[in-house]
Amino acid sequence: MKQLGTSFKPIAAGIFLMTGLLSAPAFAATGKLVLTGGVSTIEGAAGGGLTPWAVIGTQATENEWGIAANITQARTDDYTVDTQGLTFAWDERIEFSLGSQTLDTGITGIALGVPGLDLEQTIVGVKYRLFGEAVLDADTWLPQVSVGLQHKRLDAAGLEPTLNALGAEDSGTDAYISATKLFLKQGVLVNGTLRATKANQNGFLGFGSRLGGDDTDYELMPEFSVAKLLKDNLAIGAEYRFMPNKLEAAGRAAGLGNGLAADDWMDVFVAWAPTKNVSLTAAYVDLGRIVPGTTNGRDQTGFYLSAQFAF
Amino acid sequence: MRKKFMGFALALGMALSSGMVSANSGSLYDQLGGKESIRTVMDDFVVRVKADPRIGDQFQHTDANRLASQLTDQVCEATGGPCKYVGLDMKAAHAGMTITKAHFNALVEVLVASMNAKGVPFDLQTDILALLAPMHRDVITVR
Repeated sequence: MKQLGTSFKPIAAGIFLMTGLLSAPAFAATGKLVLTGGVSTIEGAAGGGLTPWAVIGTQATENEWGIAANITQARTDDYTVDTQGLTFAWDERIEFSLGSQTLDTGITGIALGVPGLDLEQTIVGVKYRLFGEAVLDADTWLPQVSVGLQHKRLDAAGLEPTLNALGAEDSGTDAYISATKLFLKQGVLVNGTLRATKANQNGFLGFGSRLGGDDTDYELMPEFSVAKLLKDNLAIGAEYRFMPNKLEAAGRAAGLGNGLAADDWMDVFVAWAPTKNVSLTAAYVDLGRIVPGTTNGRDQTGFYLSAQFAF
Repeated sequence: MRKKFMGFALALGMALSSGMVSANSGSLYDQLGGKESIRTVMDDFVVRVKADPRIGDQFQHTDANRLASQLTDQVCEATGGPCKYVGLDMKAAHAGMTITKAHFNALVEVLVASMNAKGVPFDLQTDILALLAPMHRDVITVR
């Protein structure tokens, strides 16, 4: 799987450049209303920053193909996460996404004897809209509802023996259902997502654990987003994503106390679309504890910046 | 950490309730400044829509004055004003035309541009859009 992760990058960069240079009339030249395709999540799917929404990304609307590319960086006290993503969409019906994430382990890598270690994860996603029109059906309470899958493969490099010892798998598949509604009159967007997952820290620390009792079952994790449109191209919002905590017991069994505990993730964001095809998102994130055993048990708070180009 | 969720839920509840409860009094029609103000927006709108590269062609042979007048009556009536729209209903008015969702969205965008140009506050813009957006079911002919 190493090949997929590494070969994807130049392709992503190439297409990223292309989408920046083309006005792409073959794609959605007319398309969606601004910001209504959501922004790009860290996993590549369209949504908020941390949570997929039921919206289908890109500028494509009915009977159109669309493409979007994004680059994102999140910096917390001890870690840096870089994400590149690509999204393809057809007909406001189906969305395919590809995400490449790199987590610079910083102080944790040094403490574990693998300084400079990067954890790399590739995420292939698909999302299908079941019913509903989140934006235009302003006279009903019926949300837009979509289901999705995200297959994640981790290349843990020097950390792989550790994850093997903890009994964490190196790949996993999340399944989710999302409901999104824009209350147009109020300019308020609400999203709820329910995700079945066994990922540790979004997959950066593998999937499930076996040490200290088999904990390899899927867990249902709710995720919430709310956003308020301040202008036709400016929104503020907040997200909360419940996260599994499967490695803590394994860490305890390994004599690390609560050194591998995980917490929920949250963020507060502002999204701005200077033009119809560009959106910029800035957020304050709180990812809770990530390997607290090597980071003084502190919460990983910091900033998140993302740029999306959509056609 | 779950304590943080309580904070999030509380903030969300406050944001939603403040957004849902309208502090404004009077009909939307009055807040917009009456029929004359609506007509000012629609006069701007028909000029923009005819010039729009995406949908201008479809309005090439449309009488601008008549269109602005009909739209004004329609919005006036929908927002609670003393007008009566007497034209065709939306389904009949668009039958036989090729109107995609992309066309519909483009039209909404042009309307927003006109409302911005004529200084309609954003919260009133979303009030109007919420009234007009559901018409997509009758206006769009190509699904």
